[in-house]
Amino acid sequence: MLQVTNLEVVYDDVALVLRGISIRVAPGQIVALLGANGAGKTTLLRAVTGLLDVHEGEITKGSVSLDGTPIHKLRPAAVVRMGIGQVMEGRRIFAELSVEENLRLGGHTSSGSHKERLERCYSLFPVLATRKRSTAGYLSGGEQQMLAMGRALMASPKYLLLDEPSLGLAPKLVEQIRDLIVQINASGTGVLLVEQNATMALSIASHGYVMENGKIVLDKPSGELLADEDIREFYLGSHTKSFRDVKHYQRRKRWLS
Amino acid sequence: MVDLLEAVIRGLGRGSIYALLALGFVIIFKATRVISFAQPAFMLAGAVLVTFLVGPLGFWGALIAATLLTALLALGVERSAVRPMVGRPAFVVAIITLGVDIAVRVVVNAFLGINVRQVDDPWGLKTVELAGLRVEQRHIAVLLTTTVLVAGLFAYFRFTRMGLAMRAASYDQEAALAQGVSVGSVFAVSWAMAGGLAAVAGTFVAAGENVDGLMWRIALVALPVIILGGLDSLPGAVVGGLLVGVLQELAANYQAEYAPVWLGENVSIITPYVVMLLVLLVKPYGLFGTREVERV
Repeated sequence: MLQVTNLEVVYDDVALVLRGISIRVAPGQIVALLGANGAGKTTLLRAVTGLLDVHEGEITKGSVSLDGTPIHKLRPAAVVRMGIGQVMEGRRIFAELSVEENLRLGGHTSSGSHKERLERCYSLFPVLATRKRSTAGYLSGGEQQMLAMGRALMASPKYLLLDEPSLGLAPKLVEQIRDLIVQINASGTGVLLVEQNATMALSIASHGYVMENGKIVLDKPSGELLADEDIREFYLGSHTKSFRDVKHYQRRKRWLS
Repeated sequence: MVDLLEAVIRGLGRGSIYALLALGFVIIFKATRVISFAQPAFMLAGAVLVTFLVGPLGFWGALIAATLLTALLALGVERSAVRPMVGRPAFVVAIITLGVDIAVRVVVNAFLGINVRQVDDPWGLKTVELAGLRVEQRHIAVLLTTTVLVAGLFAYFRFTRMGLAMRAASYDQEAALAQGVSVGSVFAVSWAMAGGLAAVAGTFVAAGENVDGLMWRIALVALPVIILGGLDSLPGAVVGGLLVGVLQELAANYQAEYAPVWLGENVSIITPYVVMLLVLLVKPYGLFGTREVERV
């Protein structure tokens, strides 16, 4: 169980970005985390994987634990070794290296030969196998996303954190990525899916959280979220009423203010 | 013709030394985005260590031991003076390395004293006849050593886990961290490598001559070399080093005949800088410096 408890994160000693977040991801579960830009979703992922330092961020309260062991004080390398993989927002592949080198780097922490894990990766993403030797920077956006996911899987993580895997992809590709996430999950990897594309995220998740201004404002099974009137209006885009009839300050419901 | 070829081989010998030094600069730059000005001190330290170790260990043994010890020294410097500055502006770190350079050189000079110390290399100024050319043995030795080291380095960066991690970290540090690469050890290994390479270069500078407290100045030629080759390119450092070495020797060789008298007699000293200027006019990224890989 990956568990975040009452987490508070401060950037640059002044900006309080997470204000007491608690979420949990059970083994083998897909959990969706929704929220507008600037809600603190990426910060939450950074806090889990130990990348806050790079951005002058600091955990001031609360904890992150993996199967009961606190991991929020560990270095990023140690977190990866504990079994948490992250696909960062914007893919962040190593553009100058070849596809295979990117994948080999994903297995940096795992000992022994990469051969078997590479095979598994190529069977999951056949398109990467055909472009093994090409420079990763020349792959298309969808292929780069698959490369980023494959790279994270090379460390055989127990939990995979995905930050906006649908970013900048065509609807067909989003569907493909969604199916791949389901496939990865089916082999026993827990997934925490951060998304703007709520329809896609909730269609495969079993549980969903909605974040706003650094707090969790809704925490429900994804079926209930899909049926929720507010969610339907704000994230799924079903306009039941004309905006013409609504005062501007009423147009967007906020749970916090 | 014989004259020309002999000058080219002398130039390759001299250029190998520049290449070794430039590689050190580039490796540190790639890992930390900082130019380390401590290289000259490591070069001097390596040569002086060899003069002390050559008695019990013999030349090659002393060279290897001095290389490892200098690498260790560089590791210590990185850990104590550079690592605490991670995240600070590159300029600050560069100035710190300048300070380290002076401090290390003062200590090394104290060991050097006023005695004439030699690295006792097996070649001295002996020459060998190769296909009708008279070639100094030390130039062949340094060229071969450099070839082996460069081949080893390139294999390391291409095939090993840590080498790959170093390349990745130099491209995108945060993404490398997220894959479990320890960026701290990447810094450490880069500094150690640069220190070791400088030690080898220093020893070969002193081969056939004395260890001179002022020989660190040769390391300054590595600066035009790396700018010429492209700051972040390892092949650039090697090619740039050899190119500058050869051009410098050619200038020294033919100046008396072809250069106008008002230029004086030591034009070869400024050739590296002139070549750098000319190349930069045509290729602002240097000969091999990477522009970003971009999808069109």
